Amino acid sequence: MRNGYNRRNFLLSGFGVAAGLVLPSAPLFAQGAKKVRVGLMLPYTGTYAALGNAITNGFKLAVEQGGGKLGGREIEYFTVDDESDAAKAPENANKLIKRDNVDVLVGTVHSGVALAMTRVARETKTLLIVPNAGADEITGPLCAPNIFRTSFSAWQPAYAMGNVMAEKKHKNVVTLSWKYSFGEQSVAGFKEAFEKAGGKIVKEMYLPFPNVEFQPYLTEIAALKPDAVFVFFAGGGAVKFVKDYDAAGLKKTIPLYGSGFLTDGTLEAQGASAEGLLTTLHYADGLDIPKDKEFRAAYASAFKMQPDVYAVQGYDSAQLLAAGVAAVGGDVSKRAELIKAMEAATIDSPRGKFTLSKAHNPVQDIYLRKVEGKENKVVSVAAKALADPARGCRM
Amino acid sequence: MDFTTFLIQLLNALQYGLLLFLVASGLTLIFGIMGIINLAHGSFYMMGAYIAFSLTSLTGNLLTAVVLGIALAAAIGFLLEWALFSKLYKRDHLDQVLLTYGLILMFEEVRSVIVGDDVHGVAIPQLLSASVQLSETLSYPVYRLFISAVCIALAVAMYWLIRHTRLGMMIRAGSSNREMVQSLGIDIDLVYRLVFALGVTLAAFAGMLAAPVSSVYPGMGNQVLIICFVVVVIGGVGSIWGALVAALLIGLADTFGKVIFPEYAGLIVYLLMAAVLLWRPEGIFRRI
Repeated sequence: MRNGYNRRNFLLSGFGVAAGLVLPSAPLFAQGAKKVRVGLMLPYTGTYAALGNAITNGFKLAVEQGGGKLGGREIEYFTVDDESDAAKAPENANKLIKRDNVDVLVGTVHSGVALAMTRVARETKTLLIVPNAGADEITGPLCAPNIFRTSFSAWQPAYAMGNVMAEKKHKNVVTLSWKYSFGEQSVAGFKEAFEKAGGKIVKEMYLPFPNVEFQPYLTEIAALKPDAVFVFFAGGGAVKFVKDYDAAGLKKTIPLYGSGFLTDGTLEAQGASAEGLLTTLHYADGLDIPKDKEFRAAYASAFKMQPDVYAVQGYDSAQLLAAGVAAVGGDVSKRAELIKAMEAATIDSPRGKFTLSKAHNPVQDIYLRKVEGKENKVVSVAAKALADPARGCRM
Repeated sequence: MDFTTFLIQLLNALQYGLLLFLVASGLTLIFGIMGIINLAHGSFYMMGAYIAFSLTSLTGNLLTAVVLGIALAAAIGFLLEWALFSKLYKRDHLDQVLLTYGLILMFEEVRSVIVGDDVHGVAIPQLLSASVQLSETLSYPVYRLFISAVCIALAVAMYWLIRHTRLGMMIRAGSSNREMVQSLGIDIDLVYRLVFALGVTLAAFAGMLAAPVSSVYPGMGNQVLIICFVVVVIGGVGSIWGALVAALLIGLADTFGKVIFPEYAGLIVYLLMAAVLLWRPEGIFRRI
């Protein structure tokens, strides 16, 4: 080892010389166009780790399909694990913005963290693309020219469900959700559409987050005997609720509906209890969209697993950014034009083409899905090109 | 609320309370007898649930999984006491809190590495998968009734163990005067190790029993931990009997609170705790 020049060193230096000889033209060109610095602030540990990874995969897939470039520019990634911890969110966002000087910030899953990121982005005027978090505020009171969302607002799937349930001739409905902002916004969206269509909410019930002792509520539902029940739950709570609802024998007599999260990523654990449930979301299995088939095949071959709605949202975040960067010829310093191009873009998403509302939230079809054998099979379009009302947004 | 609904809610309260008791009994044993503040108790509950899930998918049978799981949990408890907790009896509570908090993080990481972060369901054994029709629309899963029965049986068994056996006598003696027991020629270290292993096993067993109805998911232990401490504090530290009464009280308060004062459902349990502490600062029952 002390000889100073063993085989490995020799090979390495050989490569070094070769690279030096071959590559000089590339750096010369690259100096003219530095890489676009993309900050990914997503959960890579904890409950939402799988979601964070799916979003990252989706984003990178879109970049790879563009030959490693977005809108003609090469990409450099800066990654921070947000741990779904809202308390650390401002610090994490600032790390990417101030230390790494990112041109665009992409994140995140958890609404609390995303709200904090939105505030930081507003203060620092950083371009922000939210690839999941559904808090209404992000494209509502907190909307800004530099803030975009490629997923949905809590209001959207719930509002669509209000119409679906009214069409199914349900008159009296009980709602149940966790008592925190996303759950309350979901119930509010549902209520708005359902009451407008002549339905009546018999009782609005909330339980403290993340409590999962549902039995008293199920007893109450059985006593009230509504025509149907609308709920918002996600993750572990969704699994337990769907199973408890079935075990209490209510599924046979009082149909259960919910926002798509009730049966997304949870079907394996819910088993037969979830079979036949109807939910609404902006993505579904079995969509007859060529882009979706192509996306699913590409994703499966790149990552050896099936994509989900989160991967789609990550993919579309990259597409949205690409549309902007391409329009300014790769010069991201032309902010106003970049934003204008992003606003005007039509995104060819696996979920179906969508555009952005004035408040920068997708104007998209919401699908009615039915659980069939561990898949959320599309039944119909519950709401065509549904736009979030963006209440409180002054833009 | 008509009378049938009231009775069913009463049943819900009882059933929730009994399950709480099962988890909290282990905590009160470790806390009361050994003086250890064990924040990792919820992690043992989670461990039990995940053991039930993993072993059920391996062996295809919840009963086999539970039998194996109990042995595994007891062994883990025994080992943990030997390796970590036995060093802490003479240290102050802050050290114990730090250690057990560290254990929470480790258990979560280990779970994430071994099983992953997905939510999983555990199938209810065929024999217990039926339901009883209680009212026109509501039926009650037999498995939930079975859980309650197991909890009652365990409460009786524990009472008998502590009151009427030689081991129970040693445990009681050890909790009031460690040195004296030692000088009488009893291996108090071994007694403590057994108590700790018992506490861990109780928590893990509760997790295994609850797994089919609650499903298993990351962070499930932390949810249980806080309410368990409330049970222990209300019941009186170290009192099994107190833990039972407190758990049932909390079951009642929580269930009826959710129905009658839905706006304040999250608050009622803590109001109950505050009220009990004002009335009896040491909890309802004092010692063992």
